[in-house]
Amino acid sequence: MSAREHFVHMAGVSKRFGENDVLHDVDLSVDLHQVVCLIGASGSGKSTLLRCLNLLETVEAGTIEIDGQVITSGSVDVNALRRKIGIVFQAFNLFPHLTVLQNITLAPRKARGLSKREADAQARELLRRIGLVDKANEFPDRLSGGQQQRVAIVRALAMEPQLMLLDEITSALDPQLVSEVLSLVRELADAGMTMILATHEMSFANEVADKVCFLDAGVICEEGTPGEIFSAPKEERTREFLGRIVEAGRL
Amino acid sequence: MGRFLHAFFSPLGLRRAVPQVWDGFQTNIKLMLVAEVLVLVLALLIAIVRGLPGRASLPLRVLAVVYTDFFRGTPLILVAYVAALGLPSLGLAVVSDQSLFVYGVLSLTLVYTAYVTEVYRAGIESVHPSQRMAARSLGLTYAQTLRHVILPQAIRRVVPPLLNDFIGLQKDTAIITVVGVTEAIAQAGFYSNDFFSYAGYMVAAAFFVILTIPFARFTDNLIKQRERRERAQLA
Repeated sequence: MSAREHFVHMAGVSKRFGENDVLHDVDLSVDLHQVVCLIGASGSGKSTLLRCLNLLETVEAGTIEIDGQVITSGSVDVNALRRKIGIVFQAFNLFPHLTVLQNITLAPRKARGLSKREADAQARELLRRIGLVDKANEFPDRLSGGQQQRVAIVRALAMEPQLMLLDEITSALDPQLVSEVLSLVRELADAGMTMILATHEMSFANEVADKVCFLDAGVICEEGTPGEIFSAPKEERTREFLGRIVEAGRL
Repeated sequence: MGRFLHAFFSPLGLRRAVPQVWDGFQTNIKLMLVAEVLVLVLALLIAIVRGLPGRASLPLRVLAVVYTDFFRGTPLILVAYVAALGLPSLGLAVVSDQSLFVYGVLSLTLVYTAYVTEVYRAGIESVHPSQRMAARSLGLTYAQTLRHVILPQAIRRVVPPLLNDFIGLQKDTAIITVVGVTEAIAQAGFYSNDFFSYAGYMVAAAFFVILTIPFARFTDNLIKQRERRERAQLA
C-alpha cells in the first residue's frame, strides 16, 4: 500500500536524545478510524513516538505523513497541524488557574476562532456527555483524578481533532478511577475516532485495538492484531515482556 | 535625655513640621506611583524578552541580560546622580531638558525594573513545562500560550515578592532627594536648618512607616491565605 492511503504514515523515523537512540527506524501506519495501541516497557519510546506525531519533538531521520501532508519537512504550519491532532497526557495537564469550562473553551476560542457563546455551548454539550456538566465552573483541583483526565480528553475533543494521541492516560490514576476513563476512550473508539494509545492496560488494548505494536528499545519489535500479539507472539522479546505482565497480574 | 527628646520629639516641633514634610512627602508618593507603574510594565516586557525562543531573538535576550545585570549591580544613588546631573549637561534635545522629578522617576525605574524583571522571570520559570506543552499541543501559538496559560499562573505566584519590591521602591524614593528633588527628606532638612530641630526627620520617618505598614500587612496576609489554600488542597 502506498503512503497516500494511510491517515498516518511513519517511515524510517529515528530520534536521539544525546547519546540515546530513543526511536530507531520506526515504520508505522494508521488508517482512519483505526485504534492502534503501543505497548512496551517504560522508556521503550512510546511517548516519544506520540510526541513526534504532533511535533512536540522533532525527528532526526525519516518522514511522517499525516492526512497526506509531510509534517517532517521544515515548512509545516505547526499550529495548524496540532489543531488536527488531540493529545492527552499521563499527568492531565489541565490549566489550574482556569475553570473546567475555561479549560475546554480556551483553544476553541483562541485557535479556532469560535465566539464565547459557541465555545461554551460546545463545551457544555461535551461535559454533559461525560456527566460532568455540574463541574463546569469548578477549578481542576476540586475534581478527582478520573474526572480531571476525562476533562482533559474532552478539552482535546473540543478542537474536533481527526486524530487522538493518548499517552498512558490512566497511569497516574488510582485503580478504581481507571475504568471511568477507559470507558470514555471505548466510546470514542466505537464512534470511529482514529487513535494511537500508549498504554500499560493490556486487557483494554486487547479489547479496543485494531492493531497492537510492541516497542522495545526504540524499535517496533512486533506488530499485529491483538489476537496475534497477546495469544501468539512471535518474537522472544514480546513473549518475555508479556510474561512479566502476566506475572504482575495485569493481563 | 531631655536634650534628646527636645531635639527629636518636642511636641511643638513635631506639630510645626507636619505640614512642611507632608508637602514634600506628596512628591515621594508621586515618584513611587509613576515609577511603580512603569516598572511593572517594563519589567514584564523584559522578562518576556529574556524567555523568547530561537536564535533570531538572541541579540534581544543578550541585551535584556546585560541591562538587568548592570542595573541590579549599580547603586540607585549613582544612577540618580548620572541621570539628574549628567543628562542635563549633555545639552541634548528632550533628554537634557526634563524636570528633576522626571530624572528621579527615570532612576527609580531603571534600577527597580532590573529587580522586578528577575521576579517575573522566576515566576515564569516556576510554571511547569507541561503546561506550555499542553497549551501548544492544543494548537495555541507561543504568544497565546504565554498570554493565557503561562503569565496568569506566573504573576499570581509572584504577587508577594512584587509587593516586597514595591515597599523597597517606596522607601528608595527618599534617595532621589540627593539630586535636589524637594521631597519629604529635603523638607525635613530645611525644617531642621530653620528651627534647629530634628523633628522633621521624625515626621518623615512616620510618614514612610505609615505608608509601608499596610503594604507589609497586606503582603503577609496574602502569603498566609495562599499557604492555607495550599494546605486545604493537600488535605
